[in-house]
Amino acid sequence: MARQGRRRDRLQWSKLYSFACVRPTVLDDEQPSSFVGPGYSRIVHCNQPQLHRKKPLKYTSNYITTTKYNIITFLPKALFEQFRRVANVYFLLAAVLSLTPVSPFTPVSMIAPLAFVVGLSMAKEALEDWRRFMQDLKVNSREVSVHRAEGQFSYKQWQNIRVGDVVKVEKDQFFPADLLLLSSSYEDGICYVETMNLDGETNLKVKRSLEVTLALDDDQTFRDFTAIIRCEDPNPSLYTFVGNIDFEQQLHSLEPNQILLRDSKLRNTTYVYGVAIFTGHDSKVMQNATKSPSKRSRIEKKMDQIIYFLFTVLVLISVISSIGFAVITKYKMPDWWYLRPDKGTSLYDPKRAALSGLFHLITALILYGYLIPISLYVSIEVVKVLQATFINGDVLMYDEDTGNHAQARTSNLNEELGQVDTVLSDKTGTLTCNQMNFLKCSIAGVSYGVLSSEVEIAAAKQMESEATGTPRPQSGTHDIWRDDAYIHGSPATDLIHEKKFTIDNPRKPPIKGFSFEDERLMHGNWAKEPTADTILLFFRILALCHTAIPEPNEETDGFTYEAESPDEVAFLVAAREFGFEFCKRTQSSVFIREKYSPSEDSIERELKILNLLEFNSKRKRMSVIVRDEIGKIFLFCKGADRLAKNGRLYESETSKHLTEYGEAGLRTLALAYKVLDQSEYSAWNAEFLKAKTTIGSDREALVERISDLMERDLILVGATAVEDKLQKGVPQCIDKLAQAGIKIWVLTGDKIETAVNIGFACSLLRQGMKQIYLSTVNNDMLVQDANKAAKENLSMQIANASRMVMLEKDPYEAFALIIDGKTLTYALEDDMKNNFLNLAVNCASVLCCRVSPRQKALVTRLVKEGTGKVTLAIGDGANDVGMIQEADIGVGISGVEGMQAVMASDFSISQFRFLERLLVVHGHWCYKRIALMICYFFYKNIAFGLTIFYFEAYTGFSGQSVYDNWYMLLFNVVLTSLPVITLGAFEQDVSSDVCLQFPALYQQGPKNLFFDWYRIIGWMFNGLYTSIAIYFLNIGMLYHQAFRAGGQTADMAVVGTTMFTCIIWVVNVQIALIMSHFTWIQHLFVWGSVATWYLFLVAYGASSQTISENSYQILSEAIGPAPMFWIATVIVTCACNIPYLVHISFQRMFNPLDHHVIQEIKYYKKDVEDQRMWKREKNKARQKTKIGFTARVDAKIRHLRGRLNKRVLSTSPKTVQEQII
Amino acid sequence: MNNSAASTSSGSGDVPAPRRNSNRPKYSRFTQQELPACKPILTPRWVITVFTLIGVIFVPIGVAALMASNKVVEIVYRYDAVCIHGNTKDEKVAYIQNANTSKTCIITLTVPKDMDQPIYVYYQLDNFYQNHRRYVKSRNDAQLKDSDKANDTSGCDPEKTTPDGSPILPCGLIAWSLFNDTYSFSIGNQNLTVNKVGISWKSDRDHKFGDNVFPRNFQNGTLKGGASLNESIPLSQQEDLIVWMRTAALPTFRKPYGKIEQNLRVNETITVIIQNYYNTYSFSGKKKLVLSTSSWLGGKNDFTGIAYLTIGGLCFFLATAFAVVYLVKPRYVLLQI
Repeated sequence: MARQGRRRDRLQWSKLYSFACVRPTVLDDEQPSSFVGPGYSRIVHCNQPQLHRKKPLKYTSNYITTTKYNIITFLPKALFEQFRRVANVYFLLAAVLSLTPVSPFTPVSMIAPLAFVVGLSMAKEALEDWRRFMQDLKVNSREVSVHRAEGQFSYKQWQNIRVGDVVKVEKDQFFPADLLLLSSSYEDGICYVETMNLDGETNLKVKRSLEVTLALDDDQTFRDFTAIIRCEDPNPSLYTFVGNIDFEQQLHSLEPNQILLRDSKLRNTTYVYGVAIFTGHDSKVMQNATKSPSKRSRIEKKMDQIIYFLFTVLVLISVISSIGFAVITKYKMPDWWYLRPDKGTSLYDPKRAALSGLFHLITALILYGYLIPISLYVSIEVVKVLQATFINGDVLMYDEDTGNHAQARTSNLNEELGQVDTVLSDKTGTLTCNQMNFLKCSIAGVSYGVLSSEVEIAAAKQMESEATGTPRPQSGTHDIWRDDAYIHGSPATDLIHEKKFTIDNPRKPPIKGFSFEDERLMHGNWAKEPTADTILLFFRILALCHTAIPEPNEETDGFTYEAESPDEVAFLVAAREFGFEFCKRTQSSVFIREKYSPSEDSIERELKILNLLEFNSKRKRMSVIVRDEIGKIFLFCKGADRLAKNGRLYESETSKHLTEYGEAGLRTLALAYKVLDQSEYSAWNAEFLKAKTTIGSDREALVERISDLMERDLILVGATAVEDKLQKGVPQCIDKLAQAGIKIWVLTGDKIETAVNIGFACSLLRQGMKQIYLSTVNNDMLVQDANKAAKENLSMQIANASRMVMLEKDPYEAFALIIDGKTLTYALEDDMKNNFLNLAVNCASVLCCRVSPRQKALVTRLVKEGTGKVTLAIGDGANDVGMIQEADIGVGISGVEGMQAVMASDFSISQFRFLERLLVVHGHWCYKRIALMICYFFYKNIAFGLTIFYFEAYTGFSGQSVYDNWYMLLFNVVLTSLPVITLGAFEQDVSSDVCLQFPALYQQGPKNLFFDWYRIIGWMFNGLYTSIAIYFLNIGMLYHQAFRAGGQTADMAVVGTTMFTCIIWVVNVQIALIMSHFTWIQHLFVWGSVATWYLFLVAYGASSQTISENSYQILSEAIGPAPMFWIATVIVTCACNIPYLVHISFQRMFNPLDHHVIQEIKYYKKDVEDQRMWKREKNKARQKTKIGFTARVDAKIRHLRGRLNKRVLSTSPKTVQEQII
Repeated sequence: MNNSAASTSSGSGDVPAPRRNSNRPKYSRFTQQELPACKPILTPRWVITVFTLIGVIFVPIGVAALMASNKVVEIVYRYDAVCIHGNTKDEKVAYIQNANTSKTCIITLTVPKDMDQPIYVYYQLDNFYQNHRRYVKSRNDAQLKDSDKANDTSGCDPEKTTPDGSPILPCGLIAWSLFNDTYSFSIGNQNLTVNKVGISWKSDRDHKFGDNVFPRNFQNGTLKGGASLNESIPLSQQEDLIVWMRTAALPTFRKPYGKIEQNLRVNETITVIIQNYYNTYSFSGKKKLVLSTSSWLGGKNDFTGIAYLTIGGLCFFLATAFAVVYLVKPRYVLLQI
């Protein structure tokens, strides 16, 4: 079976590839070094896994576990996690002490809430861990074909694979462990590997086996196969491997090139054989698996501060009451005969009052513990899980194409989403699709391709709508961008009519990757062009100069191409459409079917590939040397724009076209060729072969230099322009985010021109914006001097630019900062970065081009630490991981480029445009919910906790609580916890569509209006007031007189129960006043909590009197029939909430916040009745933006108005280019 | 739904189509946070209405509470100072602790207004910390209820057992310090009967104090606290004890002593013979005798009425203030952004 599959694959790539597959053929004189000593101790007996079952060669099995706990360690470990929180430690201590007589409460009332809270958190941990376990199980039970014995292979679960096993991996399977490649279905033992899960790169990598093991290409050959591998110990370095193999009494050294890493995938290769070297947790990918740094939101950090503050208050009042207690015990208690002071224990001993006071301090610390909300953490956790569920389940953030929905991977950053100040975005794959469309080309100085790029269309549309002078009418669901209406004849049109693009026929690419349309070239018409020869050459270059492999597609009878980059695929598709179909690649030849006109039959031509100089980032070009049927030798080359300078003919035209294409947001490559004569080639090839077979570190440099020699004096043919499509909805999303006041920085590896084009395309840049370019001088001075000069130069540029920004008087003027990676290295140095940051934050948009992944992370850190504001990094590739982990919030795009970014991220979405909803809707809600919730939590616990303190003052600070133990127990965990969770999970100030219509509402988060110290202190004072009101009103009403018609006086149980009832009412009415959104859930839990209290009282009163003690039948007999009880409840509830009510009424009437106004508009249905007002308010909600489409329209309108009013032609704003030449 | 990222990354062999469908979040109004909701907002009209409403409700309640309080006739007589011999604290304490001196003290009270029966008799103690933790804890409820648990004196420190080790019933400081002043009333020559039955909570008598539990070893210690109990009467009928065992919340408290079930007319003079046994002189606590009628709201307390009137008045004021401001300077919808 395998044999048959191999026919097609008989290719020896090593003869073709010049760099990646180069293998020095001369090995004999060099003995592979044998490794000894620490770090290189691993010995693997190939095909003898049984040897690895026992010591000393027993290695870990291939079973992997990513769970945090197992059954045995769960309890201790999870408990440890829980008690790392200082509040929990306090409650634990309190619970332990409650077993001693020091405690004012019964042990159960201290232990039960703690157990509940900790138990709930642990249950959550357990559930999460269970999910991880199930995931591991799925991975562990995958099956792969393994050599059993006697050349028989059979399927075995991954977890059972041991070191030394010979494994046969088939196409599109994952490697189960780190394998040594022995042989593959290709004759020369190469195979293609996709390492998407490791580093996020989608392009295929070539691995190749040792020559000596090539013969092991059949099941049977493993019957007697043995070898010993000595190699390095497990380590996390993905790109290194040191070791050797002792095979057939000969040592051969091994390289990373022979290692197939676990979790990468076999592609384009029917099968490979390999020996497991590292299994399970020893494999490099598992060694690499580090937990992303856990992030905490600002609100939570602030919450900790509040908790510390409350602890201070707690200690303070405890000290006060223990001093009070000591004084009273010393001076008064001796007179209180009814306490038997003569028989005092150490807890109450007048003779040792100081000691008693000390004991009392502990009592007081426990007693006033209700100031610290025990259930705060667990409630927040529950709320955040619910919020995360809502984010995950939002159908409007579900992408039909990829089938991915948004995912909150770490739920503890939900509220941070509502406070984002700066978004740092990757470009490729994030703003753009990384899907290439062949759109235009320039051949022999003539530009072909009539269709416009998206950038051009967007620009044209905007130009049109700007021309009309008014923003389009906006209604609820309206979107300017979908509006294709074309308005002519407005008076302003002629004023700004600059350029018109064909946008009438919306193009739908019928072929993926090909959006070219031009009758001059299509359907064989190119032959009629005057430069047909050059065009022919152009197409040949497209069809030949690549490293792709054709895969016959059974469905369409055509070919699909497997290539290393999407550009190549676009070229091949284009070549096919032009009639040059690349159909077959053999060891040394490429077959193309050429078809000069649609009517003709295609001719299959074979071109011999002599050399292939593949692309590398230094040369930025790739070439093939081919010999055609008549023996002519050509060098075909495609490469960066720089190539164009090497050409002679058509140079100026092509350069012009390249610039034009660049402006239209297209990726460009220049194509060139040269003809070689045989002798010239032979001479070069000899040298090249020599270079290839050189041993030593300078081999690569040598090969490169010789390649460079060949790639000179090329003749320019033309250039291609490929469109990197913008993702759906990106400009709209950026517009909304800008309106929401979020700054957007683009960090891209692309070159400046491309980045600027994309910047224009998504409205980050607009005409009339002052662009500041920061760049470095290119000179060849000594390295030391060059650095210094460059830095000085840069700091001068920054100073100049800053001055210019400072001096700008026009409030509407916007600046854009564009900087490249090289300059950024200097700008990020310590002495420069603050100036740079100051300049950058004053600019409306910032574009960093040509930045490395590390620089992305550095820039992110600079913004995060320099501004102190919340940063969000969004990206999709492995190169964004650093940035994602560095930022306060990392968002990964779960798209095409692998899962690396997603794995490192805190949130994942499948399209950039979902960021809008994630931030403006969910972020806004979550921020407000959590902020309100925490404030309320502190309020309710202060209100409750302080009443205990006041009562203490009336009991001689003896540590007696007026409330029954059970009341206290229920307060935090039952009676007040669910309403606050509904607040945290379901509160909405405005509905989601209003959030989106008023993006500026989002600014409440970055401005932190709901969790600043004023508000927190305000809530604390509210709690203080409430506690005073509750206590003294109750005491006033239930003083010594009879409290009911029957003449009974109030005892402690009556006072405590009445007071507690008041508290329940007060805090629940308070939360109802906070809420602005009542679904049945809120009603159920808020009023349900109050009802629960009464139900509890009835049940508690009815239970055995040994449980309820003095509260026995308290409601039914004592307080229920007493009007005083109900009257007290009513007045206390009102009195406690009136100040808050007055505050919010006052605020709403005289100093309304934005959401108040919007709520009112909605409430009065003014949005329906008074469209104009609704529109006016909506326009107000976006005045300050400087970037984005809307700002662009505004700027245009201002510009026009200015011109019309003054009747003076203002000079168009200059583009300031601060480039030093 | 929660594991999609993981499954996408690992599930290579899955068929894509069905996975996509199952991946799609299910639409429900709950998960999309679109549940029908009422969104009340505080419009000026609402604010004014709410405050007016509170005022309208609170003022009548306040008036009614004040009226009820005024209707109650209360005689409060402080007798601890007059019923004692000695000037200094030590003399007073010595006097009260001397078992041999006569503690009888006769006082007269004048009825200020007609008092309709039932007239409740209370004793009021001041500066007496019945709410002290040591005191509150010092009891054993099981012992009081169940005759089988007579020996269960846990928690009763320091009044658990007599010096010879036999358990005290009822044990603990509360019972030990039982109030023991007695009052007898007469108008002219006619005795006023004080009904001491039914002054405690019924549930206490029925369920918390056993009808087959009899006091034992009570007040047998070297130091006698308060009243002694008749060992032939079960605890459930010892209502003074039952009342005393309900610890008061504040250091100043009244406890019912009995009921006078006959009307008293204005200016009638009541003679009270007080047996002034109870020692409050050590801690300078006042003792008061209180005779009070009751209203639907209980005893005399103007606080409730005043509080209601204050809040009600405040709400009226707020309602007016908001109304005036609203009429004078209404706010148009204005976004601040």
